[in-house]
Amino acid sequence: MLKVLKAGLFTTIQDQGRYGFLNKGVPVAGYMDTFSATKINALLENKKEDAVMEMTMTGPTLQFERATFIAIGGANISATLNNNEVANYKVLKIGKGDILSFGKLESGFRGYLAVKNGFQAPIVLGSRSFFSSITKKNHLQDRDVVDYIETAVFNPKITELRLDSFLGENLLKVSAGPEYELLNDKQLEWLFSKEFTVSNENNRMAYQLEEKIPGHEISMLTSATLPGTVQLTPSGKIMVLMKDGQTTGGYPRILQLSDKAISIMAQKKYGDKVRFKLK
Amino acid sequence: MSAFEISIRPFGVHAILIEWPSQVEEVILDDILRFTRYLNEASLKDENWEVVPAYNSVTLIQREYPIDFNEFEIKLKKWYGEAKEMATHKKYLWRLPVCYDSEFAIDLPEVASYLNLSESEVIQLHTSHIYTLYCIGFLPGFMYLGGLPKDLEIPRRPQPRGRVLKGAVGLAGKQTGIYPQQSPGGWNIIGNCSVPMFDPKKEEPCFISVGDKVQFYSIEKAEYDLHKIEGEVGIYKLEKIELDA
Repeated sequence: MLKVLKAGLFTTIQDQGRYGFLNKGVPVAGYMDTFSATKINALLENKKEDAVMEMTMTGPTLQFERATFIAIGGANISATLNNNEVANYKVLKIGKGDILSFGKLESGFRGYLAVKNGFQAPIVLGSRSFFSSITKKNHLQDRDVVDYIETAVFNPKITELRLDSFLGENLLKVSAGPEYELLNDKQLEWLFSKEFTVSNENNRMAYQLEEKIPGHEISMLTSATLPGTVQLTPSGKIMVLMKDGQTTGGYPRILQLSDKAISIMAQKKYGDKVRFKLK
Repeated sequence: MSAFEISIRPFGVHAILIEWPSQVEEVILDDILRFTRYLNEASLKDENWEVVPAYNSVTLIQREYPIDFNEFEIKLKKWYGEAKEMATHKKYLWRLPVCYDSEFAIDLPEVASYLNLSESEVIQLHTSHIYTLYCIGFLPGFMYLGGLPKDLEIPRRPQPRGRVLKGAVGLAGKQTGIYPQQSPGGWNIIGNCSVPMFDPKKEEPCFISVGDKVQFYSIEKAEYDLHKIEGEVGIYKLEKIELDA
């Protein structure tokens, strides 16, 4: 068992996501920053469906009750293992009673913790990803426990990854969304020339941007949306749908973020700047 | 008989959007579902595809690999031609119990007065029509139903409520529907459905599919309470009627 001594701001268990029920209105969910989460799973030679822990801005304090191996990645949240600083993207050996805690957010917004063979949160509708109304919990709380399988011996092929950090990147590569062609010249010019600020309305469902572009009176029938779909409201507000975003929507889908751009967005917090660039 | 001009467009690298004329029409929905069924049963059996129909569109999502759009577009056109041989999918009419008791129907007096009807006329109208399910979205198990009689059209509430009960049955614009879970909402609430529209404990968490029909029937509070208990222990029975294709 992993004991959650302090849960942090918003800590969840996430895997690749929940598929097979999009046509019943069930969002994909899954880790927001796929790029970082899959790297640490790979370091531990986990299966691609193994679940990791996602933390947001303020990390948790965790106590391990069994031996295992872990790796952390994504945001830099001043992680310490038994009060010794530890680095991202490095295989760490864990003994019984070890305490992993997080401190000041240095860069990025969402941190990830992978454990050998994954966190064993219950599988609901094919996924361990937390989502309110589907799983019992929608985030971890103080004194919760999360199961994992004891691993005493593991000889990793690679013990450390050296990655060029993308946490400071602010260019979101996009392709045209289904309603892109309905945009006028002025809207297009604003969309691609301006820098946009992440508003405080940002969570696992969607990121709203502060600056508006000229609005519209386009009316369309409700249709599917995806993680990374950029919607434009009639008043000109831009919303970037994320992993917990609803599966259908009635606002024009003007852009679609690339997979990497979704990971970049997932690491942005209130006040951070982004730009769109058409691929 | 597939006879529509369809448009096929990329939607990012993992999805393709196929659109029919932008109208809420049952013939369009039937054609979409015929094609969807053909894709599910014949050409897209690979489990990594998700197929999401809604009103006048179907979105195909490939979760594993980027789609080669040009190659796939040609295949889709061919499959659309082949799909016309296919019979329409099976449709069901679901009869859903709604308690219009004043305990749940918090906006019914206001709705009736706005529509110039008595409360029982609102209930009578609401239960006498058969609705078509055009889309499931917004929340798990949330139905977008078409076919509301004009006499029941009422704008959504000016101030959305912070909390609407699970099962709440509402009216808004040309739509009626059920909140499948407690959530904020701006619809006018006229009753509560005792059957859960989404149950994650079930292998098939949402019994209804796009293209199915819905008719509401009025139940008393006592029956509602009984359904609720049956629902909790998982023995509630649903009334469904198979419709001719």
